[in-house]
Amino acid sequence: MHHHISVMVDGTRYEAEVEPRTLLVHWLRNHLGKVGTVVGCDTSNCGACTVLLDGRSVKSCSVLAVQADGCEVTTIQGLSTGDDWHPVQAAFKECHGLQCGYCTPGMVMATVDLLSENPNPSEHEIREGLEGNLCRCTGYHNIVKSVAHAAELMGGTK
Amino acid sequence: MTEVLDTAGAIGRPIKRKEDAKLLHGRTNWTDNIQLPGTLHMALVRSPMAHARLTKVDVSGALAQPNVVAAYSAAELGDLNANVLCVWPVTDDTVMPPFPALATDKVRHVGDVVACVLATDAASAVDALDAVEVEYEPIPAVVSMEAAIADGSPLVHDEAARNTSYVYDLGGGFDEAAAKADVVVKRRFVNQRLMPSFMEPRAVVAAPMGMSDEITLWSSTQIPHVLRVVLALSTGISEQNLRVVAPDVGGGFGGKLQMYREEILVLQLARKLGRPVKWTETRSENMVATHHGRDQIQDIEIAATKDGTFLGLKVTLLADMGAYLGIITTGTPLLGMFMYPGIYKMDAYEFRCTGVFTNKTQTDAYRGAGRPEATFAIERIVDELAAELGMEPMELRKKNWIRNDEFPYTTIAGLTYDTGNYEAATEKALAMFDYDGLRAEQKARRESGDPVQLGIGISTFTEMCGLAPSRTLGALKYAAGGWEHCTIRLLPTGKVELVTGTSPHGQGHETAWSQIASSILGIPVEDIEVIHGDTGRAPYGMDTYGSRSLAVGGQAIKMAADRLVENARVIAAHQLECAPADLEFVEGTFHVRGDAEKAMPLAALAWQAFSSHNLPPGVEPMLSGEATVDPEDFSYPHGTHLAAMEVDTETGKVRLRKYVCVDDVGVQVNPMIVEGQVHGGLAQGIGQALYEGVEYDEDGNLLTASLADYLIPSAADLPSFDTSTTMTPSSTHPLGTKGVGEAGAIASTPAIINGIVDALRPLGVTDVLMPASPQNVWRAIQSARGESA
Repeated sequence: MHHHISVMVDGTRYEAEVEPRTLLVHWLRNHLGKVGTVVGCDTSNCGACTVLLDGRSVKSCSVLAVQADGCEVTTIQGLSTGDDWHPVQAAFKECHGLQCGYCTPGMVMATVDLLSENPNPSEHEIREGLEGNLCRCTGYHNIVKSVAHAAELMGGTK
Repeated sequence: MTEVLDTAGAIGRPIKRKEDAKLLHGRTNWTDNIQLPGTLHMALVRSPMAHARLTKVDVSGALAQPNVVAAYSAAELGDLNANVLCVWPVTDDTVMPPFPALATDKVRHVGDVVACVLATDAASAVDALDAVEVEYEPIPAVVSMEAAIADGSPLVHDEAARNTSYVYDLGGGFDEAAAKADVVVKRRFVNQRLMPSFMEPRAVVAAPMGMSDEITLWSSTQIPHVLRVVLALSTGISEQNLRVVAPDVGGGFGGKLQMYREEILVLQLARKLGRPVKWTETRSENMVATHHGRDQIQDIEIAATKDGTFLGLKVTLLADMGAYLGIITTGTPLLGMFMYPGIYKMDAYEFRCTGVFTNKTQTDAYRGAGRPEATFAIERIVDELAAELGMEPMELRKKNWIRNDEFPYTTIAGLTYDTGNYEAATEKALAMFDYDGLRAEQKARRESGDPVQLGIGISTFTEMCGLAPSRTLGALKYAAGGWEHCTIRLLPTGKVELVTGTSPHGQGHETAWSQIASSILGIPVEDIEVIHGDTGRAPYGMDTYGSRSLAVGGQAIKMAADRLVENARVIAAHQLECAPADLEFVEGTFHVRGDAEKAMPLAALAWQAFSSHNLPPGVEPMLSGEATVDPEDFSYPHGTHLAAMEVDTETGKVRLRKYVCVDDVGVQVNPMIVEGQVHGGLAQGIGQALYEGVEYDEDGNLLTASLADYLIPSAADLPSFDTSTTMTPSSTHPLGTKGVGEAGAIASTPAIINGIVDALRPLGVTDVLMPASPQNVWRAIQSARGESA
């Protein structure tokens, strides 16, 4: 029993037949080859699989592919094209906000959403805002700096 | 002799990482991304019981399920059911029971593997697991170490007489020291079991390659080179036909320093079935299947005079091996054996460690591997001694530590510390921390009876980096050596390939190694490509763990670059018609001394060496430098860490208000990366102190079996850190560098707990169990007040 879905992913429209149980992250990775988005857990704790669904961050392991029908999905691979850098990507490099890079796609996408809601967050707001994204390498110190720096680059004014 | 020049300015600069562009754009190659045509996906039947006899394993039901191609129990796998190898028999009589990929007679921990199912897609393989029929005959589980070594305990391994793998002794003379002492302080500390919790779950793919007998195994591992050797030894596959690749690897922290049964199964089944086989760990599997770390009961005694001079130290450990021995399960606690004396001088040291089998997931290396446990014990007992003597804890440390003018210093444990300046690091840390100001605040809060008390935690630590001089490893009965390799090839167009045997998984080797080579060769960092993590492209290496990559691998890079320059010098002298000794090498160019006109850049020599039109007699085409370096000795980074802890005495809630650390890791290749390594280590060490702990129930069921139950710190759980460094060059490394990968994790745990105990000392608290959750802190307070908790 398959369902037809139509989803815009990183600017390209995909029409597909999917099993109802297929998770959005598995559809992205295994069927579309969007392997920049990764899986870190099976309990929605780690946030490594975070993407934007109609502009809002979601953990794509807790969304079914059928729920994305008619929606627009942006992954880390669609955030900027070619050699371009989104300000959040640039800030993470500038502030050494990543080490192994596995949590990074989710951390970056969560940051994009965080800054769209709150263009100039305090350190406390950054830490609370990223609570659902786990990193084991950086101790978050430089991630927090990266987010603050991204806010600056994007013209946060507070 | 090559003039080593820093003219490229590459060493010591916080340059941004080369690795980041692909990682930040999702252009990554994690093992789970690999999707080969015809792949079979493996799923595993794992034991729900901690200890049971297997009376029936029937996979026939699974074979009838949709898309299932094969399924095996141990009996059906037969000779292919190879063993995980422990390469470290620490004593002549270490008990090393077999560790088969699929359990044969018994299951020995929750998550032990009973059968495997292979299907054309991953979901079908998982679906079919329920159709494997397994009958378990339960046996009482051996959960606590003390119960395990008691007479009459059920045996984890029936063929062993006791649940003891080994007893290791070192040193002696404590009783004599204690007889001379005014004070002997004795404590029992529990260094709890932890999960490495790297973010990328493990994954393995093996594929027989069509064109030859080669089989390629991709694994999310820290140790592709070591893995190739042990897989060849265990499975009998011809080593020359096995290529092991560690693609992009998402963290390790020791957890991917292992030979895993899933690697054996994937390799063996790809060979048997002649098609690609793949397995990807779920996080829930990770928590029972990936090795755990720490887990020691530490009985420690320190003897001192009443003026605070240390006389002797006695350490008696029970170290939990878990149900099986992984690659260095046995040796991991012994990596800490030499470090219990820490930075202190004393006349006697006595150590005993008993390795104990229990019905729990195996333990093995986790960030620091033995040294965090040692540092925790010594830094905690020094605080307890200070309290007993009524001395200021930092003053007690100063009185006993090795002074800057005493290096190199041979410790009572037999190690020779290369260099250190504990005074400078401590002075800087105290100033950054406002130590005196916080002590004054602490006094005021004590006097006012504030329900929120303030404690100051100190940790003045050192650690050994750079595993390891091979002769030392040999003396400790470790099977392999500790050298490292580098080849640097100058390509015809003047670009460079640097082949390293280290295998990074977040440490930024591509950037840092380029900086080292750039500073010697005068070739820009961006023109250097670092090749690693593939036994086909980087055939020699001992991989990445134990803060060894720069400490050992960095020496090989330096020597290989120097050799390349010397090889180039001969060609340059021929082309410039002078003697090699007449040339000086500055910023990538050979100059004839005293003749500014005559010069030749290395990049131009690259083409000469390639075209070979005009080489001196006897000189072969192409330019490269190679080195395999066995380190002479370890290096010993150190530092002073200070934590201000607020403890609510009514609720047990703890707040880390301020964390200051000054680390001395010698010369820094890239200070930005150094700082990042310290941050990450701090988070893991603080995680041990405040949040993390693996819990089992009395039947051996894992209670912390998901990331919802096992709390690795989130951004909201940690503060920003005030970090700084001092720089005392190592005398055992030609670049003066030491290791940094584990420093934060080693130093921070005792700083946090010392701070909590310091806050509660007036209430009579002398210890708090880790993790120092509100519950554990509250219990410590209640217990000190003589009330039942």
